[in-house]
Formats: sequence, C-alpha cells, structure tokens
Amino acid sequence: MATTYFTEDHEWLHVEGDMATVGITDYAQEQLGDIVFVEIPQVGKGLTKGDTAVVVESVKAASDVYAPADGEVTEANETLSSDPALVNSAATGDGWLWKMKLSDKSQLDGLMNEAAYKAHIG
Amino acid sequence: MAGDEIRYLPLENLHNQAGARFGAFAGWNMPLTYPAGVMKEHLHTREHAGLFDISHMKLFEISGKDTSALLNKACPLDAGSLAISQSKYTLLLNEAAGIIDDLIVTRLGDDRFMVVANAGNASEDEAHLRNMAKGFAVEIDPLDRVFLALQGPDAWAALSRAGIETGSLLFMHGIEPRENWFMTRSGYTGEDGFEVGLPEKDARELVGKLLEDDRVMWVGLAARDSLRLEAGLCLHGNDITPDTNPVDAGLMWAIPKEIRASGKFVGADALRAILANGPLRKRVGLKAEGRQPVRAGAALVDAGGNAAGQVTSGGFGPSTGFPVAMGYVTAPLAANGTQVFADVRGAKVPLTVHSLPFVPHRYRKG
Repeated sequence: MATTYFTEDHEWLHVEGDMATVGITDYAQEQLGDIVFVEIPQVGKGLTKGDTAVVVESVKAASDVYAPADGEVTEANETLSSDPALVNSAATGDGWLWKMKLSDKSQLDGLMNEAAYKAHIG
Repeated sequence: MAGDEIRYLPLENLHNQAGARFGAFAGWNMPLTYPAGVMKEHLHTREHAGLFDISHMKLFEISGKDTSALLNKACPLDAGSLAISQSKYTLLLNEAAGIIDDLIVTRLGDDRFMVVANAGNASEDEAHLRNMAKGFAVEIDPLDRVFLALQGPDAWAALSRAGIETGSLLFMHGIEPRENWFMTRSGYTGEDGFEVGLPEKDARELVGKLLEDDRVMWVGLAARDSLRLEAGLCLHGNDITPDTNPVDAGLMWAIPKEIRASGKFVGADALRAILANGPLRKRVGLKAEGRQPVRAGAALVDAGGNAAGQVTSGGFGPSTGFPVAMGYVTAPLAANGTQVFADVRGAKVPLTVHSLPFVPHRYRKG
C-alpha cells in the first residue's frame, strides 16, 4: 500500500515498499513561480538526508530541493529537461523529480501526512 | 541604505487586492509578482501594456540659477544644452569615475530640472548633491509622489483612453501635464512607455481607470528585472557600482564627446585616464547555450580555465526563450561569439558573448 508523506521543506514522497517518488508540493511550486530549468540527479547517485538532490530554477532564482531521506536515485524525470514547467502545472503528478530506493525507512517516521502538512502551510 | 526600516508603497493596499506576492528590494516592500506570474507579466508587457509601481524610486526637483552648474559638476553632462522637456540618461560619478548612481535628468524650465534616482541610492545621492551644492544657488526638493510606469506597445493608447493625453511627447522627453504631475516617455523595459509621478489621490484614480482596460495589467519587480535584462539595461548595484566606470560598463554613449574632453565634472580626470589606457574589462551580454540559467555572482573562465570575469545579472529571458545574462569579461574576450564558461555549482556552463540588447528596443523616437 502506498503512503504519501510531506516534509517541512515542502516536498512530497510517495512511498511503496522501499521505493519513493519525490516531488515538490503545489504550495512550493506556487512560491517559486515559473520554473524554467530543473537540474535532475544522476541515476545511481547516493543521497543522504538533507543533501541537495535537485536544483529548481525559476525565472528569478535557484532553489535547492533536499533529499528527504537516505537512499539511491533509481530514476530521474527526464521529461523535465524539455518541459520544466510541468513542475508548475503538475507538481504532485507528472512533475515529480526523482525516484529513490530508501535505505532507512525509519526516517519517514518524522514526516507529516497530508492533514499535518496542510496545517503546516496554514 | 540607511537603517533597516522597511518602507511601504503608498498604494500597497491595491497590490494586496491584486494578489501580489511581496519581497524586500532596496529597503522597500515591493510587489514581486502577481497571480499571473513573472512569465505572463513579462510577455504581456511586450505584447500590450504592463503597469508597474516604481514609487520606490525617488524624484528630486532641483531649481535655482546654478542648477545647470551643479548638474554639470555632479554628472558628465551639459545640462544647459538640453532643450526644455528633454531628458538625458546620465551618471553620478565619484572622483575615480566610479558610478554612484545612474539617473534620468529632465529639463523642466530655464533653471529647473527633475532628477529620477534609484531607490537604493536615493539618500546617498541626495547627501552627495547637497554636499556638492554648497556655494551654489540651488534648491534640492525630494518629492513625495507615487511613481507609476506603463510600458508596452499599448501604453500610449491605454493612457489616452484613461484620459491622459500625451500629445506629441517622444522618447526621452518629459512634461508636467497637471499640477504636481511629472510624466516622461521612457522606461526600463526596452518598450515604448511612460513614467508618471503624481500625488497619491490622483494615482489611485489613474490606476483604477487603467486597470479597466484589458490591455493593462499589474506587473511586478521580477518581470521588471527580466524585461530590463533582455533590453540590456544596467541595474545599479549589480551591473554598475561605485567600483565600475562608464568605460568598462559600455556607457560612454551617455557622455557627449566634448564633455569627455573638456568636462569639469567630478571624475573627469580619472575618466580621461581610463579612456587613454583603454578598458581592462567590458560589460557584455551572455547567452546560455542550454536551458540552465546563470545568475549574478557566477565566476567566468575562458576555454583554458583562466579567470575571465563575472556575471552581474542573469536569469531566464521569457521573450528570448533562453537564459540571458550580463557580466564583465576581460577585454580580449569581449567580442561577440566568444565562448566563456560560468561556474554554476561546480559545473561549467557554456555561454556565448552576445550583443546587447537581447530583444530590440521599440522606443517611440519620432
């Protein structure tokens, strides 16, 4: 069964077993504004919780997206190279950023569910 | 900028009503974007008309019989040669010919001029001018005005529909159409347009009328920045500073030849020496080859990995469709088509030196 988690840094993780799909929330994409470039990670890259995994560039500024947990990148969303605006139009769907194999699922315990995240962004 | 106090625009409630997102700029709480977003706001300005609240910028009225003499000392300018209603882009220089600020000076009368200064430099400019004005018969009045810019190909028609006749006003000319109003045909987007300084009450009425027009929408500071960058226009504090001079910055077009030779302005000797030796570095446009934007502060290297300069402004160009930047490169690398590389988070991003502007100016010159 899949579960969706949220971080304080406005990322979402869709977790099935030990595999997670990661993206930024609708709130985050709205804050960033029009996204023009996404620096996607290399497949096979090892991530430690808190590392910069992806850089999302809007017209005005570059913003880091942090790894929400330890693991290894298994897939990056290549569509974003030609259509970075997908992160704006479908942040929680086709605008996902990367998929990863989680190495320590206990790290998910401190994350929020959707109701808690909604309360977090007020 | 003096103090940490944030200042608020007189029309802030209108920006709130329009759903603006705010951010700090030069000590002011400024609307950065509206719900349309920077991309749509930018493109709308190039296609129709964007309405900008630029009340953070400062208007100074300078009057008195020595006004021309003061301006000729403070700036590389022959103020007395300007016709009444003529505007001129000029610079406030220090002794080393470094750029304290860039200004638009408009002659309003025989001994009366309007000076438009950048927000972040306004108090320093005022102190500098007052200090220099000792012994001159002049009065320097900082004006309390709302300052609006309407920019884009429909700006003229939209103003006219709102009941503001601009008559035969051409690019880089300014008039006082009503009491306490100051209006120039100019702007900082590369498009035809107007800037209007006016009392708050009149501004609220004008904004209301303008926004009834489908061709007009609010445009925030984020798009103002991408518009001016595509137009190759300098942002003081980024592309020009007290440590850059007009020769390196490629702004010598703003300084008439006879003034360069004989001018008595502050910084004249330093400027002549820089001209005689030739610039060591030059401001250039930089076009990214991929889609990755290169931002202000990124270091530049040449093909051999040698230090080549620095990016001073950069972002994505909504009208060009590719990332655009400006920066300084060593003089031998300044030719169009030269390849340099920017360091972005450790990766070398290829850039090509590109002529400025990236998007042709569409000023209404006659």
